[in-house]
Amino acid sequence: MFNAITHSQIYVLDQDTALDFYVGTLGLEVGADVDMGFMRWLTVNVPGHPDRQILLEKPGPPAMSEETAEQVRELVTKGATGGSLIFSTDDCRKTYETLRARGVEFTEEPTERPYGIDCGLRDPFGNSIRFTQPKV
Amino acid sequence: MGRAEEETNRRMLRVRDAMDRDYAQPLDVPALARIAHVSPAHFSRTFRTTFGETPHRYLQRRRVERAMFLLRETDRSVTDICYEVGFGSPATFSRTFHDIVGRPPRAYRKERREHREHREAALAAMSVPTCFTKAWTRPSSSGQVFTPAAP
Repeated sequence: MFNAITHSQIYVLDQDTALDFYVGTLGLEVGADVDMGFMRWLTVNVPGHPDRQILLEKPGPPAMSEETAEQVRELVTKGATGGSLIFSTDDCRKTYETLRARGVEFTEEPTERPYGIDCGLRDPFGNSIRFTQPKV
Repeated sequence: MGRAEEETNRRMLRVRDAMDRDYAQPLDVPALARIAHVSPAHFSRTFRTTFGETPHRYLQRRRVERAMFLLRETDRSVTDICYEVGFGSPATFSRTFHDIVGRPPRAYRKERREHREHREAALAAMSVPTCFTKAWTRPSSSGQVFTPAAP
């Protein structure tokens, strides 16, 4: 049966903006950035962990109708697609300060939880992202 | 739907995030409209079009959700909790709470206490990230509230 998750997918509204944000700002690395002709296959991963790729997919035809793509964009910008990434970190507060200085839009400051210290942010499109310093 | 609407959605989402974060502050329409960079006159209507309820109602539900948590998990007085979550007076708090939850704060506290240990064990076992807990324990406008099955 299954033995790993290798790819997850979230919708982004613009892949260049997504690349700037996920790589330039959040510090992920590009896994693949390939013009397949029919689509731009753009994935990112946590540095050193290419075994788990996040596909940054732009909604649109012919994968879906323009009308459906508009609905997807509407839901993404309302924060309602469920696109949600949760990362782990060794130092939540330090990472928070680093990213805040880079202009990241945080939704929650680092807070103590039963499972560790975590905080929340949005990507430029409305997707929800968290990162957690797990309780040791 | 085009780029302008997407930008508007994104701004309204930013305001909703601000209400989730700063619910204890005295947030009024002009303050929220500033976050969205739109005029106060258009703000409430735009928010309602985007999320299906007025910003005032959304903020009330966020505050009531926090109040429900404090009523369940702490021994603080109802009046303390009322101010802690951002309500301006106990009378407004009680009325709003009753309207949303379907019973007054003290009745809710008494009822929930009875299942407290079971619920705490269930939550601790799951370690659900807070953003999901926040979104899913928020009372709906019609008073539906997640209730774990009794042991």
